[in-house]
Amino acid sequence: MHSRTWMAALVMGMSAWTVGGAGELSGWIAVEGRGFLNEPLYRGQDRDNASIAAQPEYYHTWENGSSFTFVPFGRADTADSRRTHADIRELNYLYRQDNWFIRMGVGKVFWGATEFVHLVDIINQTDLIEHIDGEDKLGQPMLEFSISPSWGTLDFFLMPYFRERTFPGRGGRLRTSRVVDLDDTIYESSSEERNIDIAARYSRTVGGLDFGVYVFRGTSRDPLLATPDLVPPELIDPEDVNDYKLIPFYEQINQFGADVQYASGNWLWKLEAYFRNGYFQDYFAATGGFEYTFVGVAGSNADMGLLCEYAYNDRDDGGQTIFQNDLFLGMRMTPNDAASTHLLVGFAQDTEKSENAFSIEASRRFGANWRLILDAWFFLDSAGDSVLHELRDDDFARLELAYYF
Amino acid sequence: MRCKVRVLLPLYITMVVALTAPASAGEATSPEERGLAIAREADRLSSGYGDSTANLRMVLRNREGLTSERELRIRTLEVEGEGTRSLCIFDTPADVKGTILLTHTHKQADDDQWLFLPATRRIRRIAAQNKSGSFMGSEFSYEDIAVQELEKYTYRWLADEPYDGNDCYVIERVPVDRVNSGYCRQVAWLDKEHYRTWKVDYYDRKNELLKTLTFKGYEKHLDRFWRARQMEMVNHQTGKSTFLTWSNLSFRTGLKEIDFDRHSLTLLR
Repeated sequence: MHSRTWMAALVMGMSAWTVGGAGELSGWIAVEGRGFLNEPLYRGQDRDNASIAAQPEYYHTWENGSSFTFVPFGRADTADSRRTHADIRELNYLYRQDNWFIRMGVGKVFWGATEFVHLVDIINQTDLIEHIDGEDKLGQPMLEFSISPSWGTLDFFLMPYFRERTFPGRGGRLRTSRVVDLDDTIYESSSEERNIDIAARYSRTVGGLDFGVYVFRGTSRDPLLATPDLVPPELIDPEDVNDYKLIPFYEQINQFGADVQYASGNWLWKLEAYFRNGYFQDYFAATGGFEYTFVGVAGSNADMGLLCEYAYNDRDDGGQTIFQNDLFLGMRMTPNDAASTHLLVGFAQDTEKSENAFSIEASRRFGANWRLILDAWFFLDSAGDSVLHELRDDDFARLELAYYF
Repeated sequence: MRCKVRVLLPLYITMVVALTAPASAGEATSPEERGLAIAREADRLSSGYGDSTANLRMVLRNREGLTSERELRIRTLEVEGEGTRSLCIFDTPADVKGTILLTHTHKQADDDQWLFLPATRRIRRIAAQNKSGSFMGSEFSYEDIAVQELEKYTYRWLADEPYDGNDCYVIERVPVDRVNSGYCRQVAWLDKEHYRTWKVDYYDRKNELLKTLTFKGYEKHLDRFWRARQMEMVNHQTGKSTFLTWSNLSFRTGLKEIDFDRHSLTLLR
């Protein structure tokens, strides 16, 4: 984010503080250490890293139901200069009436149902450098209008500015052998990041079923990472490329997506799918599966969820899509204790090549304000031509201690 | 919606009274009829508040006496003929601040429940029709905190006896959905004057006494509705307990069905 944007954010935040109504400040500050099992594979990488991050949140609400939210975020990292970064996660004004609202500013929206692959979520760009799970998102400048007549909810989005995906720098782990060059990003749109993206979504709940369908038109959030020989020649400036980097190419897409959750008894069924019409090809992707919950395992207070999902993607991109034909198995343990302990174990297996990965995510609270989070990822086996293969020596464990206020 | 509730209310009351009349609490013959009549009267007396908002403080105490606290805001809305909508918005502990549990209870069908996680903005369906799990690590399970729809139990009158200075009916209620309940039965003490619940004993699936819930500090609202300010749930098998204190209780605040819509979870704080 530019310093000008930051200043504007600060001024807006300060002014909201002073004009009456009720405001509150909350948020978290955390220290994190990541330890890697193996020596780094690529030149310039540090073996391990430590970092500190904070995400305060200021929320102000007025009598008429409108509200202002400001959520800045920042991290300082010892190994990767790119991971030392800041972002405005949210900075928006919400005006709400009975069955409609308008939200203006930087916002965050999630669409989707499945646990392992977040396929249809498209409004916000992934802050990939934060965590490889892709669940951290960059703030998206937008104007949102939402109306809920009796027959469902309609949301309309106008997104005037595009956020590029973050990628690890030379010093960071969990990267491809070639560093992604963020200075020479190529856009299909001549307006580049100022292309105006639009989206419309209809969602509804009917009994145990929640579903949403949407159309998105604009800049794809998933870049194609191109070596010079893959970039369309008419889009390339020969001076910008060399053999040692990857160039992100953001195409213009039309995407039709759907997400469904259906609950029945202790079963939860989930499905996400989209059809994308892009620069090189049109393709289809889907992911879906179920979660079955056992309540009160072995007479205890604990719940156990068993997850099974499958991801399919027919994009032909030379192995850049990690999950093209993969089966996911997972187990969620919730002891329902006073410390809100949570454990999620996941295993991914490619059904076409001998490629698999394993992850553990666990957390619990200490006292009233502290939370300890442990997660570990193991890239067990990988085939020679994929992104996962480039991460083969990046098995890691991450420990985070966060203070919430 | 508020208008609709008002218009429908007299009709509803007439209907319930008509249904209750043939087997009113005093005259019913079999213990089952008598139990149902008592439960129905208690339900009638506590229905018709429209909507309510309240703050809830939970103190969890373990066997060693160590305590931890949670604070939440609760909003409920009666929906005529359908059941109840409720929102639990968590304020503390700080790491779960902004987490929201939305429940649509239905008189006949399975309840619908969603959890909103503010960090990722995700709304996750909860697919556990089995409601025996602990709510927030407390001694209250989801079925204990859910609004007790009359249709979800069968009833039996057991005795008339005094409890804490009040003449009480003692009734047994057995969950209709036995598979998904943590209890084989509950025994409740309701006073004869206002049908307020003073004590509930919960028996586990092996029919052993598991928990006891007691109510204190009943106050009358809107000249009609009795609500306890304090509740304590003691687990006899683990020695743990949970103490609830209600405050800032308001009724008929103008909440609408749209406020309890899945989509509006993303707008609440």
